[in-house]
Amino acid sequence: MNSFNSRYHRQVILPEIGSSGQEKLDRSKVLVIGAGGLGCPVLQYLTAAGIGTIGIVDFDVVDISNLHRQILYGTSSIGINKALAAKQRLTDLNPAITINTYPEKLTTKNAISIFSEYDIIVDGTDNFSTRYLINDACIIANKPLVYGAIFKFEGQVSVFNYQNGPTYRCLFPEPPKAGSVPSCAEIGVLGVLPGIIGSMQANEILKIILGLGNVLSGKLFMYDCLTTTSSTFTISRVESEISKVKALSEDFKKNDYDLFCGVHQIIEITAQEAFLIKNAQFIDVRETHEQPKIDSLEPISIPLGTLEQELHMISKEKEIIVFCQSGIRSKRAVEILQKNGFRNISHIRGGAIVLHDNMSDLLDLKK
Amino acid sequence: MQLNIKYFGMLAEVTAITEEYIQTEVCSVSELVEKLKNQYPKLGDKDFKVAINHHLVDQNHIINTEVEVALLPPFAGG
Repeated sequence: MNSFNSRYHRQVILPEIGSSGQEKLDRSKVLVIGAGGLGCPVLQYLTAAGIGTIGIVDFDVVDISNLHRQILYGTSSIGINKALAAKQRLTDLNPAITINTYPEKLTTKNAISIFSEYDIIVDGTDNFSTRYLINDACIIANKPLVYGAIFKFEGQVSVFNYQNGPTYRCLFPEPPKAGSVPSCAEIGVLGVLPGIIGSMQANEILKIILGLGNVLSGKLFMYDCLTTTSSTFTISRVESEISKVKALSEDFKKNDYDLFCGVHQIIEITAQEAFLIKNAQFIDVRETHEQPKIDSLEPISIPLGTLEQELHMISKEKEIIVFCQSGIRSKRAVEILQKNGFRNISHIRGGAIVLHDNMSDLLDLKK
Repeated sequence: MQLNIKYFGMLAEVTAITEEYIQTEVCSVSELVEKLKNQYPKLGDKDFKVAINHHLVDQNHIINTEVEVALLPPFAGG
């Protein structure tokens, strides 16, 4: 028996798979977007099962806080791009397959051309902007989408856009209000949950390729790992939602999914830049007792904790520049202001410390 | 009639329950949602879909018999 047959022996002896099933797996091309909590188990099982070509899209690097759930990586992977670190480990797991890495952000510019190289697209991302982008690109490129998402102790799985089945937009046509659904980074996640949900995604992928069982199309599977209960809900295809996406396909590259999902970039400026902006209103979000005071900017003092109650003190007509002691609370303040409809906001890198240390130079700028 | 309401994800957090039984007259899904939002004001700023007996339905669906109503929010995490 050669190594190909030995490696896959335990699945090939299943009559439902056999050598013809193994050949189907070998001929398949699967693209995994996000090599994080969900992407890791998906990648591990697909690689082990002998999917012939796997693509990995991830711009992020491995952080020590990822390791409790992203068990594809080791301590030596910290600081390395996830797509590249994943390939390294997966190549050892199965050197016989082809792994393409895309160590970049998925955007409207690159999505369609990357998707066109693959048979199945897997969503293992962690934000709504990218989830809607992936869904829409799958509609335009006509690819099935294997979806997974998690919240604390609960997970969702579905297969979208499969054989004229419903899409993510048939389930959730519009993204939730920005900031209303917290991320794993904000509220935490039990490490094993993405392991379970990602493994279920891998199972759906194998079923699609092998033509086995019932694919989770037209259904939303919900799992609760605290009660070990699951529920399945049926979803119908909503033709009008799909037509809307198809109508946009010409202009897909121009779509702004961050804007669609209410996500705004947080602009950080230097103390020098702040001093050069005319007619800006400066907001000091430190506690009132904090020193040093930056009187030359004539800031409005609104401690971060009371910001949402004191929004009436801020004009929407003028440019807003927020600062705190070092630039951390001011970033949070920008998010709060954006959530409340304020635009044209930036915050000062290094905060009051940098402003104070460079005050004489900064005052010269104003002259 | 009695409805069995089930809350998933962050909806269970804002209502502080995962499920309850309520009494109501015949109503549309949107009327039921309004009623629940009055009872749990924090539901007001959440986005979710409604499933009746495990089938997703739209806001105009009329509830005229004893059913299980699930409130399903989107999840972002991965």
